Amino acid sequence: MNPISQSMQKEEKSNSRREFLKKLPVLAVGAAALGGCSQEEIEEYFQQNFKTLSKEEKDEIVKNLEKKYSEKYGKEFTVSDTPATEGILFGYALDLSRCIGCRKCVYACVEENNQSRDPQVHWIQVLQMEKKKGIDLVHADVHYNPEKVPEEGHFYMPVQCQQCRNPQCVSVCPTKATWQDDDGIVVVDYNWCIGCRYCMAACPYGARHFNWGEPNIPDEEINPITHYLGNRPRTKGVVEKCTFCIQRVREGKYPACVEICPTGSRKFGNLLDPDSEIRYILENKRVLVFKEELNTQPKFYYFFGV
Amino acid sequence: MNINFRSEKSRKSGITLFIWNFKIILFSCIFLFFNSCSRDNSIMEGNEENRTLPEIMRSDVINQGDNLYAVKAPPFSEDIFPCSGCHADEEPNPNRRQLVDMHDDIDAIFSHDRENRWCLDCHSIDTRDSLKLASGKLIGFDESYKLCGQCHGDKLRDWKVGVHGKRTGEWNGKKQYLLCVHCHNPHSPKFKAIKPLPPPVQQKDIQL
Repeated sequence: MNPISQSMQKEEKSNSRREFLKKLPVLAVGAAALGGCSQEEIEEYFQQNFKTLSKEEKDEIVKNLEKKYSEKYGKEFTVSDTPATEGILFGYALDLSRCIGCRKCVYACVEENNQSRDPQVHWIQVLQMEKKKGIDLVHADVHYNPEKVPEEGHFYMPVQCQQCRNPQCVSVCPTKATWQDDDGIVVVDYNWCIGCRYCMAACPYGARHFNWGEPNIPDEEINPITHYLGNRPRTKGVVEKCTFCIQRVREGKYPACVEICPTGSRKFGNLLDPDSEIRYILENKRVLVFKEELNTQPKFYYFFGV
Repeated sequence: MNINFRSEKSRKSGITLFIWNFKIILFSCIFLFFNSCSRDNSIMEGNEENRTLPEIMRSDVINQGDNLYAVKAPPFSEDIFPCSGCHADEEPNPNRRQLVDMHDDIDAIFSHDRENRWCLDCHSIDTRDSLKLASGKLIGFDESYKLCGQCHGDKLRDWKVGVHGKRTGEWNGKKQYLLCVHCHNPHSPKFKAIKPLPPPVQQKDIQL
């Protein structure tokens, strides 16, 4: 390194320090203003990664969040932190031969999981493809809008988080804000996410979505039954994704998309239970996983029911 | 902000770390102050009930066993059941023909192997309020799946294990299942095309 650039660097450094000192009075005002921040807000800001918290700390956080959301949206909120149950590995199957592309799942998911209406966030993308071309992403259309579906000569492939056993989004996260829980659900701690969007770049399914703006949900449409790692209200600047409706499935219920599907194309269950619907499909139907060659090992299977 | 906080923290050490942390915490606090404290926290009035998904076939449970709940068979068209209400006074006509005076609406849509089948293949000619299996055995309308299963055995098999058709409720517990005729019109079983919900917004649709 030559001496000039060295001295320049030094200058820059001292400059930035000077800048900092210049701003000190502002800082002092800010510090004084801290008194205006509630204890909860300060605590929330310095909250550690959810995975590392003790039971007591989680309870406290959940209680504070419930209070905060209830006040904000004007109705009673529950924020659950139900953990994974041993002996359960969630799996999903979607019948490509039956899906008609009506997009009911897309909007049921939006409502259940409190996705922003504007800017619009959809966790499920339904791809329309031509039967004669097969699964051909280059020619797939997500914006199809005919009078009636299904359209002649086409089939439909809804894509959402594939809940990989080998999730690339988790590997690349620099802050460990996303991880695969013991029941196989890949979750995000929205408080720990810094919004770098590495996970979005890493996900080969386009399943992760970024809140470019402050999420916007009408108060009367908000779903107040939430899970900390799932559908609780998010903020601008964090990434979100399908969690198999963690707030529902950890309480024993089917995900919202399964319940709404008018053709019964969507199946869900415990991969470790040999008597489950999902295991029957894996053992008896023609099954494929999306982009198998990438070795992401999804727990989301596509199958042909006929 | 957050990026600084975490990455700097790992790089610096000792007193430098302390000073840096102090600076960053101050910045953070100011950031926090302007961002969150100024947020509108007004409590909205309203006592709406907890909203859940549209649960179209939730109630009306008739059957119980092994955590499996059948949903009540779908209602008949108005004033059509019991069939014997009209047919008791009619002379049965076993000849295959096109229906004109009554049930012409069904005849118009009938597309369930129309070429080879007609009313009395499934409806009993003697016991009008029953369905008839190929064996001649009579069954009630609430057991119609047995009738369907005579030809569609693979569907019946999948339906019994919850793979054909829709189940709602608990993935590991109580579930409701639907009969074939909840979703398929027995006289015209192919699914009808429906209007899709709106596509996702495209960049060109966004008004700035």
